[in-house]
Amino acid sequence: MQLIYEKCRGRRAVTFDALDVPEVKLPEALLREKPAELPEVSELDVVRHFTHLSKRNVGVDSHFYPLGSCTMKYNPKMAEAVAAYPGFAWLHPHLSTVPEYQAKCQGALALVYELERLLAEIAGMKASCIQPIAGAHGELTGVLLIAAYHRDRGNTHKDTIIVPDSAHGTNPASAAIAGYKVLQVPSNAQGLVDVEKFKEALNDRVAGVMLTCPNTHGLFESNIREIAELAHSVDALLYYDGANLNAIIGQCRPGDLGFDVMHYNLHKTFGTPHGMGGPGSGPVGVGERLLPYLPGPRVVKHEDRYALEMPEKSIGRIAAFFGNFLIAVRAFAYILHLGDEGLRDVSRMAVLNANYILARLKGAYKPAYPGTCMHECVFTASPQAAQGVHALDIAKALIDCGFHPPTIYFPLTVKECLMIEPTETENKETLDAFCDAMLEIAKLVETNPDSLHAAPVTTPVGRLDEVKAAKELNCAKLQ
Amino acid sequence: MSWIPATETERRSMLDTVGAASLEDLFASIPAALRMQSWDVPPGRSEMAVSEYLGRLSVKNDVCSVNFLGGGYYDHFIPAAVDALISRSEFYTAYTPYQPECSQGTLQAIYEYQTALCRLTDLEFANASLYDGGTAVFEAATMSMRVTRREKVVVHESLNPVYRKMLETHAANLGVEIVSGENPEGAACVIVQNPSFLGTVRDFTNLAAQCHAAGALLVVSFYPVSLGMIKTPGAMGADIAVAEGQSLGQPLGFGGPYLGIMTTRKECVRKMPGRIVGQTVDAEGRRGFVLTLQAREQHIRREKAMSNICSNQALCALRALVHLSLLGKAGLQEVATACHSKAEYLKKKLGFAQIVNDGPTFNEFAVRLPKKAGEAAAKLLAKGFLAGLPLASVGAGQDNDLLIAVTEKRTREELDAFAAALEEASCN
Amino acid sequence: MNPSELRYTEDHEWIGREGDVYVVGITDFAQDQLGDITFIELPAVGRAVKKHEETAAVESVKAAGDVYAPVAGTVTAVNEALEREPELVNQDPFGKGWFFKLGDVDAAQLEELMDAAAYTKFLETCGD
Ligand SMILES: Cc1ncc(COP(=O)(O)O)c(C=O)c1O
Repeated sequence: MQLIYEKCRGRRAVTFDALDVPEVKLPEALLREKPAELPEVSELDVVRHFTHLSKRNVGVDSHFYPLGSCTMKYNPKMAEAVAAYPGFAWLHPHLSTVPEYQAKCQGALALVYELERLLAEIAGMKASCIQPIAGAHGELTGVLLIAAYHRDRGNTHKDTIIVPDSAHGTNPASAAIAGYKVLQVPSNAQGLVDVEKFKEALNDRVAGVMLTCPNTHGLFESNIREIAELAHSVDALLYYDGANLNAIIGQCRPGDLGFDVMHYNLHKTFGTPHGMGGPGSGPVGVGERLLPYLPGPRVVKHEDRYALEMPEKSIGRIAAFFGNFLIAVRAFAYILHLGDEGLRDVSRMAVLNANYILARLKGAYKPAYPGTCMHECVFTASPQAAQGVHALDIAKALIDCGFHPPTIYFPLTVKECLMIEPTETENKETLDAFCDAMLEIAKLVETNPDSLHAAPVTTPVGRLDEVKAAKELNCAKLQ
Repeated sequence: MSWIPATETERRSMLDTVGAASLEDLFASIPAALRMQSWDVPPGRSEMAVSEYLGRLSVKNDVCSVNFLGGGYYDHFIPAAVDALISRSEFYTAYTPYQPECSQGTLQAIYEYQTALCRLTDLEFANASLYDGGTAVFEAATMSMRVTRREKVVVHESLNPVYRKMLETHAANLGVEIVSGENPEGAACVIVQNPSFLGTVRDFTNLAAQCHAAGALLVVSFYPVSLGMIKTPGAMGADIAVAEGQSLGQPLGFGGPYLGIMTTRKECVRKMPGRIVGQTVDAEGRRGFVLTLQAREQHIRREKAMSNICSNQALCALRALVHLSLLGKAGLQEVATACHSKAEYLKKKLGFAQIVNDGPTFNEFAVRLPKKAGEAAAKLLAKGFLAGLPLASVGAGQDNDLLIAVTEKRTREELDAFAAALEEASCN
Repeated sequence: MNPSELRYTEDHEWIGREGDVYVVGITDFAQDQLGDITFIELPAVGRAVKKHEETAAVESVKAAGDVYAPVAGTVTAVNEALEREPELVNQDPFGKGWFFKLGDVDAAQLEELMDAAAYTKFLETCGD
């Protein structure tokens, strides 16, 4: 397909009325030499181009998308509709900055206040803050909060954050950006944090411990209380990576498990869309210990009016305003619609659906760890790889069967990994069709492995040469 | 519940397949003592009730006043086709293009976005994308530190004070020395903004040369719409250009989602954080696009990654691309010309106030009023105008200073009426 | 270079003597683990490096890593050919795929590194 730049014929899409004031220009020396070579196409050219591009994509609305760890659940249309209300979509953020203007954004401030309260309650935290723009940004915020806590207490010797080897890459990366050394602890044969190894790693220099629970093997860290007590015994704080909160929502709460600080992925647990890579939203939640340090300014309520306040010991601004506010609006609508019983059912059905897939596939694919799983099931395709068919080949074959593949590049602890997260919004027919396809592929591994190396054949392009891309670095059509 | 389809019968049949007696059994790995007792979450409400409730909240917000409020975020026109195309679910319900064969739509769009931003800034590489304008400044600072192996960052007075605060918050534990000024000696970079936070347009070509002589980089934070008219970061010799992308087709949305833009030179691209798409071919020689240079990032490099960014603002980058495609080469120049011309028209009408800027401005300027800016702004609000940003509210000026922004959307009548109302409010 | 005469680190660098300087590269095992190498970043000539300092970087499509100085020294030369042809490391890791040369090396530090036999043993513990 042509690039939009290859479709230029000197046409116009949007035009403007003639200027109603005299035209003026800046001094010559401050002007750009030549105009930027942007597309010169008609409106229909643009509409066709991007409509055609969209057809070279698959999304949750068109395809089952069991991408493990990413929680590709249905994105309710109602949430899209309310986020588009002009009273939210067109609202200037500096209305909140100026005290004289705050009366003009009370509805938005109320929403922030209510959502932050609900998020805190859902996770058993004392408060939350919706500033962080994505999960990883929430992680960084959380670790900066941990750092502020230790600085305040004079814990200057603390320079290390412990992260399990199954953790998502953002965990160690966030800890490093917050200035910490990262110490990795291994998982045991059950796929859980090895508590003995954890004890060995733990010492007075440890500032915090970052855990995902259930972890990225889809397993609940059943020793979590012991881990929390051990961490707290050296005044290390416990961080909850909320990427998997959807597995336990309404069943147990991070705050009650002993976590001091966490982030939520609104684009995972609370159904907001993933937008081909974002925008998501990654609010932080904190318990008692970190409350004074939350990013600010914060929305506070004085009788019936909402205003902004900077907490005295705040780490400061992590976003210019309220992060991805319009994503927060969607999550708020989601929570209000599902409510108490609906949110509990999210975790129940997410877990049942994952276990159903595990049960149907475990005869043909090797589970990475024994037992039942939580919201996602993780297999290793090592046995298939020994026959020359890698997890990558299985993923590509699934595309030809009409499914988005599971996660195969993560977690790094599982070789040839197939990490499948169905979510609660899929029906049984879809799960069955997916399982049938997986079983069919497993048969092909035995009978006709070569056919799998050619996949996918139904897509606009076949497997692409990534080495060429990295060597040539053609990342823009400059002329 | 409407978004969870499983019927009672299906649940039972699936439990049978799993070999579990009840849903409860599936949560057996959570120790009983840790199970939640109760929470204060209200019962669910219908779609109708929730939409009504949010509708009532939304109308408590003022989006009708005639808007002169900027401060880094502007009330620009967004063509209807932007929303129509962005609403295609193949875009907004997809995720990161981990499987390129079924994500060519996303990948080609990002390649086209990168192209647009390179052409706009006169630099060679763009990522897609960072979170917002403030975090982009932070990422540019740490990227400069990686390129130069230095740990000092110099911040020019032109930079948005909110970005500076965000830089300080993000870098709090990195042992970075953040100093004010423009002396590049020993620094990883000097960070400037053009137009400045107060709207002043400068040429930083000399500063770029000084930076390079001192082994430092020049980072320019720019305002995308202004590049329809003013000299580009690339032409000035900047090494990294960053921006708040809001002005490219993103609704104001009370602060987000927007996007952080970053472009750079070839020599620095391997130290650039975030997602980058490259062109390549498949086995049959067909052109296709893939994520590239990703081995530097968190999923492989973990604590040694260039950044921790994972989910970004890709859909907002697509918005920016569609917006720029609809405006086109001529349209962006016309928008920039209209913004500048209308701002100059208004500036002339405000003779009663002193202009604070010490040079030419693009579409935003600061005036010193005869009375407190907040008081004047409150009076204007009653007349249907959002008068601008009282600078004291962001710690960037005196009590009487008001930052006024003008976009292509303002008409001559509005400018005339606003000038008269501001004069009356601040002189009486 | 003849692999049997080199010294090795646990990070899979090799180092060998060439006149009065020492040549450093990565081992066959390392290049195989990385896969198709797409980019190599080399240090500046004249840079003084400590033992185990990050001195060069190597990237493939699926991995990226640092190359550490096996011993302290001063960089006297770098293999500029790798900037255009990083695949030389895949093709000939102990020859045309060398990374950099170190001068001012304390020979005693070399003795702390593994010899070929020890490295071969060590590799057995590095399997998948
Ligand atoms: C387990 C886990 N942690 C953290 C993250 C990072 O979240 P985000 O992509 O929102 O930055 C992810 C995202 O994929 C994840 O799966």
